[in-house]
Amino acid sequence: MIELDNVGYSYGGGELLREVTVRLAPGSFHFLTGPSGSGKTTLIRLCYGALQPSSGQVRVFDTDLRGLDRDQMALMRRRIGVVHQDCRFLDHLPVADNIALPLIVSGRDVAAEAGNLAELMKWVGLGARADALPPELSGGERQRAALARAVIMSPDVILADEPTGNVDWEMSQRLLRLLVELNRMGKTVLIASHDLGLIRAAKSQVQARVLRISDRRLQLAGADL
Amino acid sequence: MKRGAIRTVLLGDAQAGRLVPPSGQTAHLTLFVAGAMAFLAVFALALSLAAGRLADRWAEELARSATLRINAPAEQMAAQTEAALKILRQTPGVARARALGREEQAALLAPWFGAGLPLEDLPVPQLIEITAAEPAYDEAGLRLRLQAAVPGAVLDDHSRWRRPLVRAAHSLRRLGWISVLLIGGATAAMITLAANAALAANAQVIEVLRLVGARDGYIAGAFMRRFTLRALIGSAVGTGLGMIGVMLLPEASAEGGFLTGLGFQGAGWLLPLAIPPLGALVALAATWAAARRRLKELS
Ligand SMILES: Nc1ncnc2c1ncn2[C@@H]1O[C@H](COP(=O)(O)OP(=O)(O)OP(=O)(O)O)[C@@H](O)[C@H]1O
Ligand SMILES: [Mg+2]
Repeated sequence: MIELDNVGYSYGGGELLREVTVRLAPGSFHFLTGPSGSGKTTLIRLCYGALQPSSGQVRVFDTDLRGLDRDQMALMRRRIGVVHQDCRFLDHLPVADNIALPLIVSGRDVAAEAGNLAELMKWVGLGARADALPPELSGGERQRAALARAVIMSPDVILADEPTGNVDWEMSQRLLRLLVELNRMGKTVLIASHDLGLIRAAKSQVQARVLRISDRRLQLAGADL
Repeated sequence: MKRGAIRTVLLGDAQAGRLVPPSGQTAHLTLFVAGAMAFLAVFALALSLAAGRLADRWAEELARSATLRINAPAEQMAAQTEAALKILRQTPGVARARALGREEQAALLAPWFGAGLPLEDLPVPQLIEITAAEPAYDEAGLRLRLQAAVPGAVLDDHSRWRRPLVRAAHSLRRLGWISVLLIGGATAAMITLAANAALAANAQVIEVLRLVGARDGYIAGAFMRRFTLRALIGSAVGTGLGMIGVMLLPEASAEGGFLTGLGFQGAGWLLPLAIPPLGALVALAATWAAARRRLKELS
């Protein structure tokens, strides 16, 4: 699904990531962990083409990202659901429209998917907040909305950057269950998180691998978690 | 420009338009600028067309370059006219010489003395219209020969004062068209500025749309639709007001000369109707270019 081959990245200053080689196989479940500022968000952005690697190669769905033009990149992103760490929304549109945004921009019939949308909103516990504007939501509600938006297109891959950063344990378990559920349906999942409790909880539900960034390199963490 | 993008704008994806938050002030300013520019364009167009007509008329009159005026007592008039015509016909460089009839002369004098002038009772000079050939006759030589044979003949050569007027009319027309072009360019520049402002103000919206897989054409379309519609509405209003203004100008008349000729005639009235669609097209292209430039900067 997503392959990084000897990828290096720097924002212009010193090198942030080097010699990162990883392969997210179809249907796999990965956690990405590491200290704050170690480059988790950066790595995720490399995975969906928001950043171009300084060296090495990123392949998504068996295509080198460098070979894609802008329209092909847009089409590729419809197959990847991304939960941003700082969940970005269109602040002038109600939550329901924000969650349906991927459907709208890809020209799908939103009315035909209204049932799906309502169900999904109920699932993330936002059924009653459909008409609220994003700035009116709590941090946790925003994260749930971001997750709902990431999965509404039923993407092949879900990249979630700290999806449980702002929610209580109860809710984080619910979001995790949603992601595990999606993984069981065959989706590839990558979650960046430094919440070790969450990772442990996940390991009891799904065969998850843990990738850790340390010393600018990506390592497969052992079973010591 | 891709056809899909144009279709998005013209047929409209109302959804796409909604994704960009409404922008009160930019909208009003764009409307105003488009209206004002269209208003000015109507007048520049009217000026160009009028100057063009004037240039054509004067140029045509230049071809009938001279008039021979014969002042003679009534009984000698016919003889002197005959003699003058004979000389003119023998002169190399004169293509045609024609004595004006009574009605024609009366028509020429009517603006000054009113119609119904009893020409028979007045000592009105006889006019002979001379059309020069190419190359033209030698003016000094003709004068000398006329002086000898037809004492009452006076040669009026209008080309001497008309030629600079024709040149002036031509430059006026050129200036008019340059103004039309400049107005188009200024409109494009202002729409570009407004579009850039809107794109910058909505950087986050664009980023989010890009993130969820919107194509460049779709995002650009959301902005283009807006600015194109505003330019269309604004310039339609401006053009309408401008045309009413031109319509209220006094009728063209021989007495008023150039000033009253300012306006549209016949099919010329259709020309300003092209201003709103052209203004919309300019806005479309300007917004498209601005959006493309801005989107290229995003990954
Ligand atoms: N656009 C940028 N330009 C320059 N430096 C950046 C940029 N974005 C991030 N950085 C730097 O790169 C490093 C890694 O950032 P990144 O956001 O990937 O970390 P992270 O692992 O996601 O951290 P956190 O756990 O706090 O979210 C940080 O030191 C950050 O300051
Ligand atoms: Mg981060």
